[in-house]
Amino acid sequence: MAQAHASSTLSPASAAKPASSQGLETIGVALLLAIAGYCALFVAPTEATMGQIQRIFYFHMPFGITAFVSFLISFYASIAYLRTRAPKWDLLAVSSAEVGVPFITVMLVTGSIWAHPVWGIWWTWDARLTSTFVLWVLYVCYLLLRTLIDDPERRAVISAVFNIFAAFDVPFVYFSIWFFRTQHPQPVIGGGGSLDPRMFDVLVVCWVATLAMLGLLLRQRYRLEALRHEVAQLRMEAGSPGEQL
Amino acid sequence: MKNLNSLMAAYLAVWVIFSVYQFTVSRRLARLKDEVQRLKDNLKR
Repeated sequence: MAQAHASSTLSPASAAKPASSQGLETIGVALLLAIAGYCALFVAPTEATMGQIQRIFYFHMPFGITAFVSFLISFYASIAYLRTRAPKWDLLAVSSAEVGVPFITVMLVTGSIWAHPVWGIWWTWDARLTSTFVLWVLYVCYLLLRTLIDDPERRAVISAVFNIFAAFDVPFVYFSIWFFRTQHPQPVIGGGGSLDPRMFDVLVVCWVATLAMLGLLLRQRYRLEALRHEVAQLRMEAGSPGEQL
Repeated sequence: MKNLNSLMAAYLAVWVIFSVYQFTVSRRLARLKDEVQRLKDNLKR
C-alpha cells in the first residue's frame, strides 16, 4: 500500500530541523521582512502621481507573485503525485496550496485598499481582479474538498486533478492585463512599462523577503501535514480511523 | 502625507492575515502532537 510504503520516509522528523536552526531561520526571515518594510516605507522614492499610497506596491506585487510561485509548486507536486503515487507529493501539494492562500489574500486586500483612494472604488469586476478572486476561490475550494473525502488515496487523486485544473488560472491572472482592457494598470516590469531603478531595487528586496517567508511557512506546513500522515498511520495500527485533524 | 491611513491599513492587513494563519497552523500542530503522543501511549498498552 502506497501509504504504508511512505511512512518511513515521511516522518515529521525528516521534515524537521533542530529547534536552534529553525529559530535562526525564523529570525533571519523576520529580519529580512523588517528590512523590506523599512525600504518600502523610507528608502523607495515617493511616486509623483499617487504619492505615499503607491508604497503598497512593494508588498502588493511581491505577495501576489509569491502566491503564484506557491500555487505552481502545488501544481507540480500534484502532477508528480499522479505520476508516482508517492504520498510526499500530495503532502507538498496541499501544504503549498494552503500557504499560497494567505499570500493571495494579501494581494487582494492590499489591492483593494490601494484602489479606493486611487480609483475611487474598492473593487471592480475587471479581468485581473475577477480572475484573481476566482483563483482565491479555487484554492479555498481545493482545501475544502480535501476535508470532504475520507479515503486518503481517493482524496489525493481527486484533489490532485482539481489542483491541476485550478492552476490554469495562474497564467490567466498574470496575462489578463495583456489580453483585456482592465482598470488594473499595465505591468511596470516586462510589459513595456518603466520603473525607477531605486524602486526596482526595493521591489527586489521585498520579493526576496516574501520568498524567504514562503520557504519558512511551507516547511512548517509540510511538517504539519507529515505529522497528520503519522497520526493516520498510528490510527490504522490502533484500529480506529478517527476524525480528520 | 496624503493617504497615509490607507498605507498603514494595508501594512496592518498583511500582519493580521499572517498572524491569524500562523496561529491556526501552530494550534493544529500542537493538537496533532498531542494526538500522536496519545496514540503512541495507546499502542504501548
